[in-house]
Amino acid sequence: MADKILMKGNEAIAEAAIIAGCRHYFGYPITPQTEIAAYMAKKMPKIGGTFLQAESEIAAINMVYGVASAGKRVMTSSSSPGVSLKGEGLSYLAGSDLPSLIVNVQRGGPGLGGIQPSQSDYFQSTRGGGHGDYHMIVLAPASVQEMAELTVKGFELADTYRMTAMILADGTMGQMMEPVSLDIEVKPEIDKPWATTGTKMAREHNIVNSLSLVPEELEDLNFKRYDRYKIIEENETMYEEYMVDDADIVIAAFGIAARVSKNAVDEARKLGIKVGLIRPITLWPFPKAPFKKAAEHAKAFISVELNMGQMIEDVQLAIESKCPVTLCNRAGGMIPDPAQVLNSIKEVNGGVQ
Amino acid sequence: MAVVFDRPHALIDVPLHYCPGCTHGIVHRLVAEVIDELGIEGKTIGIAPVGCSVMAYNYFNCDMIEAAHGRAPAVATGVKRADPDNHIVFTYQGDGDLASIGMAETVHAAARNENITVIFINNAIYGMTGGQMAPTSLVGQVTQTSPYGRDPKACGYPIKVCEMLSELVGPEYLERVTVNNVKNIRNAKKAIKKAFQNQIDGKGFSLIEVVSSCPTNWGMTPKQALDWIESDMLPYYPLGVYKDRSAQKEAE
Amino acid sequence: MAKLTFKTDNCKGCSLCVYACPKGILQIATDKINKKGHHPAECIDMEKCIGCASCAMMCPDCIIKVER
Repeated sequence: MADKILMKGNEAIAEAAIIAGCRHYFGYPITPQTEIAAYMAKKMPKIGGTFLQAESEIAAINMVYGVASAGKRVMTSSSSPGVSLKGEGLSYLAGSDLPSLIVNVQRGGPGLGGIQPSQSDYFQSTRGGGHGDYHMIVLAPASVQEMAELTVKGFELADTYRMTAMILADGTMGQMMEPVSLDIEVKPEIDKPWATTGTKMAREHNIVNSLSLVPEELEDLNFKRYDRYKIIEENETMYEEYMVDDADIVIAAFGIAARVSKNAVDEARKLGIKVGLIRPITLWPFPKAPFKKAAEHAKAFISVELNMGQMIEDVQLAIESKCPVTLCNRAGGMIPDPAQVLNSIKEVNGGVQ
Repeated sequence: MAVVFDRPHALIDVPLHYCPGCTHGIVHRLVAEVIDELGIEGKTIGIAPVGCSVMAYNYFNCDMIEAAHGRAPAVATGVKRADPDNHIVFTYQGDGDLASIGMAETVHAAARNENITVIFINNAIYGMTGGQMAPTSLVGQVTQTSPYGRDPKACGYPIKVCEMLSELVGPEYLERVTVNNVKNIRNAKKAIKKAFQNQIDGKGFSLIEVVSSCPTNWGMTPKQALDWIESDMLPYYPLGVYKDRSAQKEAE
Repeated sequence: MAKLTFKTDNCKGCSLCVYACPKGILQIATDKINKKGHHPAECIDMEKCIGCASCAMMCPDCIIKVER
């Protein structure tokens, strides 16, 4: 049994990044993720890494772009409004096929919003975040252990597929403290012959860019990128199923919403209601298969989210609108409690009987 | 007979897409000559802006990165920090890129004394997008977005980047040069070489502001444009060294 | 004695070399058109060339090679 230490979610991400070999962090303070920057500020200088508090979130994402071009593992972290600022940078990273890790510890919005948790950047993350046709791999941890493990996984996926991996956490995940095992396996890093590291007069020069003025060429780049995305959809989807096999009602929830929903599922089962939970861990690629399979026997779905209804659309698409999908939600920084989810289950159950 | 002047190795032998008489070509060549003379092509990574010189990555033989508009100093910071001993990093930016959208990145890279070399092309106009007003456009200058001439009441006064940055403690070296005649071209090359040498010596942030021309959007012939630099630009943007920390230290 | 070689097809006829030449031996050949459709620069009196390379230094398109 590996040793566990009590860690805050935000700090677990930072430590896991270092374990994964990341030696460059650029960030800017914003609640509720500033602990990541503070942790990196303390640790990076001690291990010969770079910590730099950039002049803005925009500068930070561009510093990430620079290190990524030079072929090294690099990350930044922010929260909702700061991620909006990074939008252009995320698009450039995608258009230049550069690997990087971005952390969004979501807060209530829109606008300046609040500092309490939310999941209202689901659309922003799963639909790219910036302009143009592209995706990021979006990973949604539901425990401090997952904050750490998915960070390591994120770097590996980013390098393998030459794209951004995003850790989409919420304020609860960032702030909560749980025992973590840091004994996480890290695969050896792959070569990056495309990186701008200096020709050493031994090869043709490398160019990192996303400009392509010939539409036929730009179209080709887009199609090739989506061929890669198809491989990711087939191979890298992650999810957890809880009591789904015989469920009449299936809950869809990620992150803190899934933790709360699991409690409600247990309570509902005590009352004889056959309810289960599918917890997407990759939000992109969305785990369509388990939802489609569950729709063969389930009579209704409930999407439990800390937003005004975002993942619910992907649930409806995945089950091809076979059954009704109800939204059970809170917003603005409020978190649903098990009683609210249980109520929703009971209501839906009344409807299906 | 010996060759006394030819294309530098660091400048790829392809036709440039710039307008006839555009001074971008001169400055590209000077940067390439300096890279050759310092023997750093294998270690150099250049960062191209958004602007007429967006495709500079097709002209320099070293590794090149395209940056988002204004963000080149931030990208350069990343590239430099990735391997400070083996990466010689330069940015090449226009006046919109460096002094408008990228002003924060410019000021902060200078304030951090980031050990990079910045080549700033100041031609008082936005060329690529068809001739709009720049932060460096002169009072009274007619552009597409100042059709009655730049009016200070409406849009303030042009920004003198070298003077402004010289107030910061951070930067190592700031010099304003121009390329409108052979004497000035020789001087500009010296300044650019010093700016790269400073980086090699680990001295920190060097910025060379090159007062340049844009004949097409100024509505002039190439020669008229070089003359306008002399008559109108240089009185507002005087040539000279605005900061040289090492020289100051030596003097003390 | 000195020799200039012009990469004529890349010349854009901007005339800056003509003005830079201290000997006044360069001109724009209005009777010629290169592949890009410009009137290219040419030397009309190579004997007088001193190989100062002012033309080459001024040329934004790096089309002049100077030998001495």
